[in-house]
This record gives sequence, structure tokens and C-alpha cells, in this order.
Amino acid sequence: MQLTNRSKVVVDKKMTLMERSYLPAILGGLAITLKHFFRKKVTIRYPEEKRYINPIWRGQHVLKRDEQGRENCTACGLCAVACPAEAITMTAAERKKGEEHLYREEKYAAVYEINMLRCIFCGLCEEACPKEAIFLTDRLVPSTFERGDFIYGKDKLVEEIDKPIDISKRLQAHRKF
Amino acid sequence: MDSYLIFKFIFAFAVFAIALLIATYSTYAERKVAAFMQDRIGPDRAGPFGILQPIADAVKMFMKEEMIPAQSDKFLFILGPCIAMLTACMTSVVVPWGSSLILNGREFPLQITDINIGILYVFAVVSIGVYGIMIGGWASNNKYSLLGAIRASSQMISYELAMGMSIIALVMTTGTLSIREIVDQQQGWHWNVFYQPLGFLLFIICAFAECNRTPFDLPECETELVGGYHTEYSSMKLGFYLFAEYINMFVSSAIIASLYFGGYNFPFISSLGLPHNVEALLGVAIFFAKIFFFIFFFMWVRWTIPRFRYDQLMHLGWRVMIPLAILNVLITGVVSLWKHDLLKW
Repeated sequence: MQLTNRSKVVVDKKMTLMERSYLPAILGGLAITLKHFFRKKVTIRYPEEKRYINPIWRGQHVLKRDEQGRENCTACGLCAVACPAEAITMTAAERKKGEEHLYREEKYAAVYEINMLRCIFCGLCEEACPKEAIFLTDRLVPSTFERGDFIYGKDKLVEEIDKPIDISKRLQAHRKF
Repeated sequence: MDSYLIFKFIFAFAVFAIALLIATYSTYAERKVAAFMQDRIGPDRAGPFGILQPIADAVKMFMKEEMIPAQSDKFLFILGPCIAMLTACMTSVVVPWGSSLILNGREFPLQITDINIGILYVFAVVSIGVYGIMIGGWASNNKYSLLGAIRASSQMISYELAMGMSIIALVMTTGTLSIREIVDQQQGWHWNVFYQPLGFLLFIICAFAECNRTPFDLPECETELVGGYHTEYSSMKLGFYLFAEYINMFVSSAIIASLYFGGYNFPFISSLGLPHNVEALLGVAIFFAKIFFFIFFFMWVRWTIPRFRYDQLMHLGWRVMIPLAILNVLITGVVSLWKHDLLKW
């Protein structure tokens, strides 16, 4: 089957004197580089310009709170089981009296850690979660100098009460498929 | 002091400063041209469009740690970059930058010195330039450096022959060795490139080889020889080697422009009816435009053609360039005899 008409049959014929001088080939090469000289550049000047990130991009995780600011996560451990990279660990704890405004159900995650170096950002934790507690967002995981800094605890994962992180696009995509 | 002497002094200083400035900005241009030919932008952080990049590079070079290997010959190790830099700066002396300025009724030629063996002087100085590379590579006491130095010297010797012979043909047609006289003969469209096309081709190829520019940059090919002759060099000594290369590039562009492309001459320049001084300055501008084109051409070729293999380099030098140069001399001789009706059968 012929896919394109760009294929060239290789012929091992003897080169003519003009071809052996390589001057036409060099001029052809110069023409190609000159063409590229005036072509549109592909560089993205990073801090000023940012490349387009899809709304359903799977980036840094967030642990969501409900409308009343209570953590959704109940430390059921399904995300940790679903995780193919074994990046998630957690310790469950029981909700005490007077903590009803902090945690939605009787059980909550006292410790919840994701190792961002192990994570492959597949989104299976999100799929496994029965409480709509964990989501991947369009944020990028920033680089640091220490390996330990890549183990994100609840301080980095749980969204702040007054600054909820928008996951509506991701949620929409999730419900669609 | 004599006003003529003062003018010469200022002019020599200006030529030196301009040569260094252009070499500095050639590094910037090189990076920009490379980037543009690879669909990138290139340095754009230091100042608008990265204009201050060469200064940042120079500061970096000066601030780097100075390393002299314990096993090296310290005197020769320092002498190497000195010779490279010195010879690079010396060649610009005989280049005629413009016709002349008339100030207070006295004529000041825009050339540091018009010696009647200008071309030979350039050749002599350029061939000393090889010693900078050779001494540097030898004194480093490093196998890679030595290999780079050997490559450089054999390459230079091979290509100097063809270069000299392409110039012999030019001298046969012009009848002079003074660069200013050669330039003055090329008024209007009488550029030597039209009379010596083969000679020009040979000369420009040899100029690439003499400047150690791609495709002839074997002395410093990173993939094979780490850094070539300057493997052991650091800080501003390395900077001098790299800088000397850019000055060489600028001077050889100037030599190519003046020997083959009419130098400061431009067709119709005398028919514009401009005052003498304006015409001279316009000529200088035109000369620099030609030089900048050739500097661009050097870079353009660098980012187009890959490096030669060593045996191909030698094959080209000895079995293609030199026979062609001899052929060129022969043809030029026959034609000039025929023109003067001296050809008797």
C-alpha cells in the first residue's frame, strides 16, 4: 500500500562530477537552514508565557472538602489499594466529639501522604474514591532540592477552607466517561 | 605632535576596539543564528533581546577558576592563548577600511598601514597563529590536547598551500600585493569574484579551514577529542582562544570582502556626486555590510554542514584543493598572456 508520494527509490548509481563536488548539495542545505531562519519559532518563554494545559490535565492531587468545609476523606484506603505505584499511605483515626465541623464522617485520615516521585499521575485513586475526596488538578508539582520534600502530607494536599480548588472540569470529564 | 600621527594613533585604537567589539558580538550573533536556524529564539534574558549576553559571558569567563595543570609547561601554557590572541589582532592592520578622509585640507587614509606586501603580511601572521594552537595543545600535556594540536597544524599547513595558490592567481590578475591597490582596482562592478570565481571558491573554503570553523573544526571537535587543543584551558585563557577564533573570522571576512568583493567600493557610488568625506564614510559602511554578510555566511555554513572525517579533510586538501588551485593559476596565466597578445604558438 502506498501511504505517501514522498518516497524516493535509492539508486546506487555513479555520481556525476557536479554531484561529486557536493556544491549543489551544500547550496541545498544552505537553502534549508535559511528557510528555518525565517520560520516561526517554537520556543515558549516560560515564566512569562505558559503552554496550554488541558482542563482535564492530571497534575498535583487535592483532597477536597464539602460545602461546609469538612474533609471528605474517610481513610477507607481504596485509593491506596488502587494505586499502581504504591505512592499513597494513610493512617485512619476516629472522629472525637466536637470535631464534627472538621470531618464529614466518623472516620478520617490522620495522616495522608502521597509520594510525588512515585506517583505516575494515572488518576486511579480518583476513580477508586467513593467519597469524591481526592482529585487530580491542573497544577504542576514544583521541583525541590530534597527527595523528602516530594512526600506531600495533608498540609499540602488538603485544600484550604477559604480557597477551594476548582475541579469542576475534571469532575465533568470523570462523570462523562 | 604631528596631526597625521595623532590621526593614525586614534585610528589604530578605533580599529582595534571595533575588531574586539565585533568579535564580542559575533559570539552573540552566533548563538542567535544557531537558535534561529534551529527554530529557537536563543539568548533573550540579559537585556532586550539578550543584547547584554556577551558581557554576561565575559564576566562569567573572568570569574571562573583558573586552572593550570601541574604536569603542564606553565610558560608555554600561558604563551599559547597569548599568541592566538595577538596574531588574531595583528591581521587587521593592513585591511583598508575606507578610501580616505580629508580634514583641514590633509588627506588621511582609512587604513592603519598600506604596506606593499599586504597579502603576504596577512599570510605570515595567520601562519604564526597556528603556533598558538600548537603550543597550547603541546604544553597542556594531555593526549586529547596534543591530538587536537596535531590536527590543527596539519590542517592549517594543508590548506595554507591551496589558499596561497588561489591568491597567486589573484595577484597575477591584479599585479599587486597591496590590499589597497587591489581594492582600488575593483571599482564599479569589476569585483575580482567575477574574474576569479574558482579562486574565490578555493579561498573561502581555505578561509573556513584556517579559522577552524565547521566543517573544518576538527582541532576542537567535542565528540572525538573532548575539547581539542583547549581541553585543559579554563577561565579567560579559554576565553582568549574562543575569542581569537571570532576575531579571525571577522578579519578573514574583511579580507574576503576586500580581495574579492570590492572592499569599500560600491557600484554607482561615484555617480552619486557626494562630497569626498561622505563618500568615504559610506564606503566604510558598505565595507562593514559586506563583512557582516560574510560573518553571517560563516555561521550559516556552520549550522548547515556537518564536520569532515579526518581522512576526508586531508583528501579534500591535498587531492582536490591543491590541484584545482594549480589549475586556476595555469588558466589565469594563459588568459593573461592571451590578453596581452603574448601567447605565441
